[in-house]
Amino acid sequence: MQALIIAAQEIRVGLRNRWVLATTLVMAALALSLALLGSAPTGAVKADPLAVVVVSLASLTIFLVPLIALLLSFDAIVGEQERGTLMLLLSYPVSRWQVVLGKGLGHVAILAIATVLGYSAAAIALSLKGGVGAAAWQAYAAMVLTSVMLGAAFVAMGCLASALVRERATAAGLAVGVWLFFVLLYDTALLGVLVADQGRILGQAQLDALLFLNPTDVYRLFNMTASESVSVYSGMAGPGDPTASPPAAYIGALALWIIVPLAAAIVAFRRRAL
Amino acid sequence: MTPVAEWRAATKRYRDVTAVEQVSLRLEAGEATALVGHNGAGKTTLIKMLLGLIRPSEGSVVIGGADPAGAQGAPARRKIGFLPENVAFHGAMTGNELMAFYARLKGESRRRNAELLARVGIAHAADRRVATYSKGMRQRLGIAQALIGEPRLLLFDEPTSGLDPDSRREVYEMIDRLRENGATVLISTHALSEIEPRVDRIAIVHRGRLLAAGTLAALRSRLAADARMRVRARRCSTGKLLAMLPQAVRCEERSDSALTLTVPSHAKMLALRAIVEAGELVDDIEISAPGLQELYTQLTGAAEENESCKR
Repeated sequence: MQALIIAAQEIRVGLRNRWVLATTLVMAALALSLALLGSAPTGAVKADPLAVVVVSLASLTIFLVPLIALLLSFDAIVGEQERGTLMLLLSYPVSRWQVVLGKGLGHVAILAIATVLGYSAAAIALSLKGGVGAAAWQAYAAMVLTSVMLGAAFVAMGCLASALVRERATAAGLAVGVWLFFVLLYDTALLGVLVADQGRILGQAQLDALLFLNPTDVYRLFNMTASESVSVYSGMAGPGDPTASPPAAYIGALALWIIVPLAAAIVAFRRRAL
Repeated sequence: MTPVAEWRAATKRYRDVTAVEQVSLRLEAGEATALVGHNGAGKTTLIKMLLGLIRPSEGSVVIGGADPAGAQGAPARRKIGFLPENVAFHGAMTGNELMAFYARLKGESRRRNAELLARVGIAHAADRRVATYSKGMRQRLGIAQALIGEPRLLLFDEPTSGLDPDSRREVYEMIDRLRENGATVLISTHALSEIEPRVDRIAIVHRGRLLAAGTLAALRSRLAADARMRVRARRCSTGKLLAMLPQAVRCEERSDSALTLTVPSHAKMLALRAIVEAGELVDDIEISAPGLQELYTQLTGAAEENESCKR
């Protein structure tokens, strides 16, 4: 209950300082431009335009959603402490885990509002042009849901960074590092290792395991391969063997990527001296 | 009488500093206690312990029968109002919105919020963003949030720091009213003379140690502090007057027609009698009992001496 009160307050603050508005607009603008420009060539080959958009939008999400999530959450604990509002909050009948959970929930809710509204705008724009099949709708809905989950994973990591360090600037740096590592460096490094290895040590199973260690890869695999109607277009974009893991495994992995960092953030915050 | 809150030989050590050492103190129901000390003496650390924000390294803290940092800590905090030193709020929200949030957290109705804001004198600014508030207004909002739900225990950490004299007076008047309504109040401060008439008990902390605690009268008698006398005498008669006074009286200042004397408490009556006997030589006399400030200076001074002796 206390966590929900704190979450509601975070959303209210997000509405007030226009975080919600700004992120919704950014998401909607990018989704719309991808939807309208990116689906243009599909008319000739009679492809489902929404299914094509799922592929391009998922690639965009991997860059954008973690960034927004980290920007929202790196401030959660250390920012309150630096502003001097944390001590007052903790003098109320709330536990520390409720503060972390409430902040996390609030940030995920802000992200969810922006994602659902922004991406829905693109879907509606496309469906007005016609030719969207039920399977593509399903894949689109799954993409929106997993986008929110991906955001939640990075919100959890942002909260962890915020609970670990003493200064806001350090938390910001850590958040940038997390983004660079998971979004840019991890895949490049993995590719480099694979090239160097030439399949001598790393087999398919090891590669799958390594991909599960990065939430953005889990997200990519799910959205590129989970749906028949989409995997056709993603083609080579799917880095793994499409039959390797069932969709539920990806969802489960994303859920773990939310729960584990959040639990770690709670532990770190409980140990934190004020 | 059961204490509302209690420190039992509480010690708090950080890596290489001891912030609080072996402090035992009780806050009795319905009493106002002043926690007095220099900056960094350990006042805020003591309050943080009471709120369960930090755990004592040794000893324990009890509030309403529970350990504030334990599993029952959160419910125990429901009946506490706290005003932190340098209170801050989220600037984007209005006074009303923040009060609603804090009332929800305490599980209290929001109906009395407007009344509370009026009581601290910022009802006119209730719908303005807190970022536009002055320091004094933020402090008042801080007091208003502490009063949500009529807490039985109020903790004010430096409630008047940075306020203008008018605001200070109003803050003190508010504290007086809370006492009259039977709340237990703890005020940490270094504005000694201002707090003196407003509290039942005083606890003096210095470098993490509790130097003295008790009612002002009890502290005075324990210290047997010296009284100060200023005597205005007829011209050129101060020497004569000095000769009549008992030996224990020390002369601090002497001019042609005035004397400033330090009189130990045992010699006070003797000195007064001597002055009365001097008759026409004395024009006027002024006696001041030692206030909190003198007591404090004396106690902390003694503590410093002890420290240096040990070294």
